[in-house]
Amino acid sequence: MSAEQTRQKNRNVVLYGIGTVVFMLLFVFFVLRPMYYLICEWTGITGSQFEASETKNLAIDENRAVKVQFLAMNNATMPWQFQPEQSQLTVKPGEVKQVYFYAKNNTTNDMVAQAVPSLSPFEATNYFIKTECFCFNSQPLAAGESVRMGLVFQIDPDLPAWVKTLSLTYTLFDITDSAGATAASFNRLALHNL
Amino acid sequence: MTTLDHDHSDHGPAKGLSRWLFSTNHKDIGTLYLWFSLSMFFLGGLFAMVIRAELFQPGLQLVQPEFFNQMTTMHGLIMVFGAVMPAFVGLANWMIPLMIGAPDMALPRMNNLSFWILPFAFAMLVSTLFMEGGAPDFGWTFYAPLSTTYAPPSVTFFIFAVHIMGASSIMGAINVIATILNMRAPGMTWMKMPLFVWTWLITAFLLIAVMPVLAGVVTMMLMDIHFGTSFFSAAGGGSPLLFQHLFWFFGHPEVYIMILPAFGVVSAIIPAFARKKLFGYHSMVWATASIAVLSFIVWAHHMFTVGIPFAGELFFMASTMLIAVPTGVKVFNWVATMFHGSMTFETPMLFAIAFVVLFTIGGFSGLMLAVAPADFQYHDTYFVVAHFHYVLVPGAVFSIIAATYYWLPKWCGRMYNETLGKTHFWLSFIGVNVTFFPQHFIGLAGMPRRIPDYAVQFADFNMVSSIGAFFFGSSQLLFLFIIIHTIVAGKKAEAKPWEGAEGLEWTVPSPAPHHTFETPPDVK
Repeated sequence: MSAEQTRQKNRNVVLYGIGTVVFMLLFVFFVLRPMYYLICEWTGITGSQFEASETKNLAIDENRAVKVQFLAMNNATMPWQFQPEQSQLTVKPGEVKQVYFYAKNNTTNDMVAQAVPSLSPFEATNYFIKTECFCFNSQPLAAGESVRMGLVFQIDPDLPAWVKTLSLTYTLFDITDSAGATAASFNRLALHNL
Repeated sequence: MTTLDHDHSDHGPAKGLSRWLFSTNHKDIGTLYLWFSLSMFFLGGLFAMVIRAELFQPGLQLVQPEFFNQMTTMHGLIMVFGAVMPAFVGLANWMIPLMIGAPDMALPRMNNLSFWILPFAFAMLVSTLFMEGGAPDFGWTFYAPLSTTYAPPSVTFFIFAVHIMGASSIMGAINVIATILNMRAPGMTWMKMPLFVWTWLITAFLLIAVMPVLAGVVTMMLMDIHFGTSFFSAAGGGSPLLFQHLFWFFGHPEVYIMILPAFGVVSAIIPAFARKKLFGYHSMVWATASIAVLSFIVWAHHMFTVGIPFAGELFFMASTMLIAVPTGVKVFNWVATMFHGSMTFETPMLFAIAFVVLFTIGGFSGLMLAVAPADFQYHDTYFVVAHFHYVLVPGAVFSIIAATYYWLPKWCGRMYNETLGKTHFWLSFIGVNVTFFPQHFIGLAGMPRRIPDYAVQFADFNMVSSIGAFFFGSSQLLFLFIIIHTIVAGKKAEAKPWEGAEGLEWTVPSPAPHHTFETPPDVK
């Protein structure tokens, strides 16, 4: 093999090497990350669902009652007052229900919050249909201001029979510093996180 | 075959500092890598001494918890990226061209660049210790949000340091692949390549595949910290858990990057001192390749406790245990190579045998951790610390030490002092076990890792472990002494100082001349 041939072959290895590196970088951003969210969505494993659904005309299962518990939590240093107006509710699958959460900004600063839901057991995530939820948008509150935040939901009658109780937890995050950017990333969330 | 356009036999290396700064010679660059690695080994070791000194007794004695966290983080980062990885790249630089009969690495200028960016990366990383807010304190696995929302300002320096280390590793890997694919002497067919060359080829592919993943992860961190994105922030619709998946998708192949070349080293040394051919050469090659492939589908075994679906736990448990099969093939092959061999126990062989025994112990504790239901008990305890130190210290580090003793005569043309070498071995062997074996017990009893204080029930074993660590750490000073003593005052070595050694590297004189194999050797 001549020196020139070897040089050419080395150049090819470098090109393929750099090609692989670029491919893997793109793979992380555009394959691995969306794949994570797709798997989360299919399995409902995170118990989070940010997407608004249409109210479905579902047959109401009169013979079944599912207990739904509501919990509100503040993340880390979030100082707001945040609680559900009722802590639990018995729902028949198919019924459309509305509940409210109360939030008050007790501080002297204008702030923006974002609620992140988590449903337990996670197997029920894809059967818990939210037609309206304060978690779909960020929530600004001026100093001292308070708000009733609504949640409209339905339980799909296909919910596995072993699920008798659902716990829906909302965690409130302080996003005052990054409100603009966060709204943008939530728009992306609506597009299936892709 | 040669890529050199003029005759070099008339001159040796350049004089003074420029020899090292501008060198494109694989031997010089290999030497640079090895010295750099040794200095990082001592720096990382110093941090380990701080950790063990604080853990000598329960309660807080010497350092603040914040500084303790910086020490655990820096110890891990420096040992992984500064000591073990550059050591293997150094060995690759020195030995691969000699083993395949090539005059140099395929891409000598890139070789120079890939080494010389490393000192900058580590200067940047270590400088964070002197910054306001301190060095990175989130563990070497830098889980978000500890490394994003709650990170010290110096995290940005850490991110760029990781970028540079990644670039260096990728360049090194491309160089190794080009060298092995294109520069083999005529007759050096795939299945005649020494196993060290094979394991490094596979390691280089792993590096090219996963270093960009690491770069991607730290880039996401950078964007979260400075540009308002929310890759890992739940508040913005991201997920901290995504970080762990991406990190371990890099991280698990990374642990094989640190051990596969070690397999190659041991597969060179054991046949030499057992005076038998390596048992099951073909199965060794296939086992290495299968370990590399499997390493991409086991990552979530680091995350059994985060709440992955039951099916996921089963899958990752089974795939992890599957890795024990090719690894077992290797261990049995080494044992079979020694079986009925005419063994002698020079220092490299002692370290290689200790590698086989102690790495296997580390492998078994890995199997225990692979059992998903049991892992809920072991997760983030000292048992995990004991496990990965058993595979990394008497595993990777012992193989690097063994390689140093084995090839040092070739590198500097002088023999080390055998008595001193054996003394170093026994001190290290005792030290490493006294340090890490008790950590299994305190881990199983529930002592969490990365915490500067602990319950009094763990006090005795921690004291034993700390004494072992000081013992092991100071015995490595003997290693430094032996190397310098060899270079300065060692006895002249023959071209082939080991009776049973095989391979092209022993056909050139000791020390290996500045330029070797400018005319390709005959490969039998």
